[in-house]
Amino acid sequence: MRRHIWIWQIVLLVAIFAIWQLLTQPGLVPPIAWRDNPERAAFFFGEPVKMFKVIFQWFADGTIYRHLWTTLEETVLAFVIGSVLGLAMGLWLGLSPTASALFDPFITAMNAMPRVVLAPIFMVWFGLDIGSKVALGVTLVFFIVFFNVYQGVKEVSPVVVNNTIMLGANRRQLLRSVYLPSATSWLFSSLHTSVGMAFVGAVVGEYLGSARGVGYLIAQAEGAFDINTVFAGILVLTAFALVLDFAVGWVERRLLVWRPTQEGTEQL
Amino acid sequence: MAAVEFDRITCTFAARGRASGAYTAVKDVTLSIGEGEFVSVVGPTGCGKSTLLNVAAGLLRPSGGEVRIEGKPLSGINRRAGYMFQSEALMPWRSALGNVTAGLEFRGVPREEARRRAAEWLERVGLAGFGDRYPHQLSGGMRKRVSLAQMLILDPRIVLMDEPFSALDVQTRQLMENELLELWSADRKSVIFITHDLEEAISLSDRVVVLSAGPATHPIGEFAIDLPRPRDVSEIRMTPRFIELHDRIWHSMKEEVLKGYAQTRNRVAG
Repeated sequence: MRRHIWIWQIVLLVAIFAIWQLLTQPGLVPPIAWRDNPERAAFFFGEPVKMFKVIFQWFADGTIYRHLWTTLEETVLAFVIGSVLGLAMGLWLGLSPTASALFDPFITAMNAMPRVVLAPIFMVWFGLDIGSKVALGVTLVFFIVFFNVYQGVKEVSPVVVNNTIMLGANRRQLLRSVYLPSATSWLFSSLHTSVGMAFVGAVVGEYLGSARGVGYLIAQAEGAFDINTVFAGILVLTAFALVLDFAVGWVERRLLVWRPTQEGTEQL
Repeated sequence: MAAVEFDRITCTFAARGRASGAYTAVKDVTLSIGEGEFVSVVGPTGCGKSTLLNVAAGLLRPSGGEVRIEGKPLSGINRRAGYMFQSEALMPWRSALGNVTAGLEFRGVPREEARRRAAEWLERVGLAGFGDRYPHQLSGGMRKRVSLAQMLILDPRIVLMDEPFSALDVQTRQLMENELLELWSADRKSVIFITHDLEEAISLSDRVVVLSAGPATHPIGEFAIDLPRPRDVSEIRMTPRFIELHDRIWHSMKEEVLKGYAQTRNRVAG
């Protein structure tokens, strides 16, 4: 069972969509709810077959690529800008106790604030183009990266620091060869979360007001009560998020080779 | 001229978590390590041995007294010294080779030359072909060898070692001790070797300094070790002279440590 787990996963996936189809397609089985109107289930929950037709159509005529590209662009920009800002701020506060003491309540307050409500403000500031979506993503990514990097700097082994000092490192070299690698390793351990957050920022931003992107497609379809297209958009987003997550995992494995793996260390 | 001179060194730490009173780890330590001399410092665990070493390295500024390195008062980091720490000190994100080249990089040695010299040093400590391994992929003994190469590649005149082999098993430890002696005999650096293992101290050193129990640690005895070199640390432990020295130092150590405890007790009572 464990060895062929992926077969069972596919079976489960197909079963979910099959049951969904059975319960929603008008006239296929006698309606359970809404006995007076067999179309009602399909109106509320959509029909998987029609969803896949929409998705197929999107890829066949190529309209989806422009939207996917926009969402990807926003996600990547939000991730990169948020990470760089978080890294810089985390290093600074991690290494300067005075700055850390000064900013601590502000950072806590800003992190506690639900940042999604900033989306309309960003739209006023940065317009309906990708700028406002990137800004929203940045506010989400920044704090995850910041807290991880801050922790990373605080938890650098003092012995490693002293050893590096004894090897002759000056302040800049110490930052570059000890604090930065330690901080980036924490940054990478939060990679999955922060990329996910960048993606959330992009989609929510698009959903609230834009002219392209997968979030825009969903918002448009909702306006037209086109439930199948809404679900099609959600399915595409989910698949996109999975691909993104896989890519992050690949990058992580390549960059953190020096880390001991969970299964135990390779002793010689 | 002495390589390292401790002149009435006192280290007092502000008490943390306690309402009053400061902790004096080291008090009035005067000690001199000659050029090319291998000196071991032994004492009960937690008696402030590492504190002394940190003072000699310039990592810790003493509350009182002065350290002189080759006659000059030390201020800031001791650039003539290499330090081998008790616990893991390698950068985990650098390969063995990367760790050994680190010191040369900090000194601006060109990359190619640094890598070449580091590879030579890895070979010298018996790790040829392990350069691309990360610390977590190496055993404890191998990591210590990397640390040794990392320190010695910079050719320090003074070597400070803080119980460097205490985490290793007995066999690996004796192997490392022999290798250390071999490397040391090549160019006779001045060594301060901290340990709580009297046998290790005697078999390696020219001189053994015994410290009292903390707080307010100070030297309570010095013993010249006149065993012939080159030595094999596992064989030399069987010789009558070794046993005699061990006996003498151990007795003075026990006696003095007990005396120290008695003094502390009296001070508390009075």
